[in-house]
Amino acid sequence: MPSSSPMSPARRRFLTDTARMAGGCAVAGLGLAYITSDARALPAEALRPPGALPEDDFLSACIRCGLCVRDCPYDTLKLAELGMDGPATGTPFFTAREIACEMCEDIPCVAACPTGALDKSLTNIDDAKMGTAVLVDQENCLNFLGLRCDVCYRVCPVIDEAITLEVRHNDRSGHHAIFAPTVAADRCTGCGICEKSCVLPEAAIKVLPIRLARATSADHYRKGWEEQAEKGGPVLDGIIDLPDRLPGPGTDNLAAPGGYEPAFKLPGAGQ
Amino acid sequence: MSAKTKSPVGVEAIAAKGWLGAHKWLIARRLSQTAFLMLFLVGPWFGWRVVDGTLAGSRTLNILPLTDPFITLQGSVAGHWPELTALIGALIVLAAYALIGGRMYCSWVCPINPVTDAAHWLHDRLNMPKGWQPKRHTRLWLMATVLVTSALTGTIAWEVINPIAMLHRGLVFGMGAAWGVVIAVFLFDLFVSRRGWCGHLCPVGAFYGLLGQKSLLRVSAPNRAACDDCMDCFAVCPENHVITPALRGKDGDTPLILAPDCTNCGRCIDVCSVDVFTFTHRFDDRMSVATPDAANKAA
Repeated sequence: MPSSSPMSPARRRFLTDTARMAGGCAVAGLGLAYITSDARALPAEALRPPGALPEDDFLSACIRCGLCVRDCPYDTLKLAELGMDGPATGTPFFTAREIACEMCEDIPCVAACPTGALDKSLTNIDDAKMGTAVLVDQENCLNFLGLRCDVCYRVCPVIDEAITLEVRHNDRSGHHAIFAPTVAADRCTGCGICEKSCVLPEAAIKVLPIRLARATSADHYRKGWEEQAEKGGPVLDGIIDLPDRLPGPGTDNLAAPGGYEPAFKLPGAGQ
Repeated sequence: MSAKTKSPVGVEAIAAKGWLGAHKWLIARRLSQTAFLMLFLVGPWFGWRVVDGTLAGSRTLNILPLTDPFITLQGSVAGHWPELTALIGALIVLAAYALIGGRMYCSWVCPINPVTDAAHWLHDRLNMPKGWQPKRHTRLWLMATVLVTSALTGTIAWEVINPIAMLHRGLVFGMGAAWGVVIAVFLFDLFVSRRGWCGHLCPVGAFYGLLGQKSLLRVSAPNRAACDDCMDCFAVCPENHVITPALRGKDGDTPLILAPDCTNCGRCIDVCSVDVFTFTHRFDDRMSVATPDAANKAA
């Protein structure tokens, strides 16, 4: 066949081979993309090491070398094994209830990371955000039952900041107190020592990924009381102050004796 | 080649050079593979921290960083520019393999090589048909597919299934179900495709092949005039298309095996009873002085 014919055999073969190869690769690529997307679902109980980038970025940065695992002095970190652990195979994680993060001051796992999947800008371990502790079960928490367990509070490395005991009245007994363990999410590092130490067979306080543990505040809400406190007076000038309907003397609420003083008084504003 | 005319591979070489002489590069290669693995394993096993990490990224004697350049490349196209440590590590590995031949990684370091070699040994013993033989450059296409998938999904895509990483990381850190992936590669090479994984599909090998395009260390056939056409080198070579231009070259053609697919495994040197092949560098294209025997044959 002359080479000037519309479709020489060599050209035909080249085009067929290329099309076959491209088709095969498209199928292989789709399969691979499917597996990678499947591997992106991080289970809630699997926590990433301190300084880990957000999960999507983490999977483009972590080369799964295991150096963070090797340098973890408490054997907290593990590499996920195929089919055994939830996270993407070969990526580092820890399970708080098994071995929690001990929050080393020199953060050796972050120092060991060669790629920056664990962000070196984390220099103070107290700033870590591996997750947020949430007291998930008040019905079984011993402190909420009126006992003084206090273990999660006592073991917290950021005690009195990340976990505080809030005293409230014990309505069940009528004359005792409840020391409610209360997490301040902005101070909690997610180390998981509270979850690890909870004395119940299944922990009443658990470290959850921040996406599950926290709401986000709506941008359009303004906390008037904060703005007032900042300004030391009403946010708007010349506002007419109407009588506050508070329980107590001088109000028409006769149900409750006593009463509260208003938080502040407007100059010249009467009762 | 019928069963009648086919004599077992390597018999003449063993007769001429002794068993050890006919296996010295194979033994050296197995020792090298074992040594590279042990460097990583003595840490977890005995607490001697020689090399920490895995082949994906490691730290030798607490100072030298080494990073797999193909993984670094995937991470980069996925949108994460790595920190200096990983970059330096990748550059050192790039430079080393560019010099000694990229696919030396495949034959001297990669832990999957013993797996596929074992599959091929059994495949040979069972006299299996060669099966599906995709084109050799399929692996290049797959490599491109992996990079495109990495870019589109924002992940280091090949590391999700890479049997090399699965096996190596599994041995160092714990296998899980990764044995399944290794067994799959073994069965694929045994039943589906002769030399299928390393020879046709593996995108890591494709990357290292590209890396070693102009590498210095080469196998040459300076004594090709002595070749007695026993075909043993073609039988043992995992990429036997690389031999032909060097061995069957006309006068004036270079005796060097310059194809980047050559893994520098040295098996051809082992099995040749008349010592046609030798390791040399890419600028050494000298021929051996023709022996009278060879001259007779040429005439």
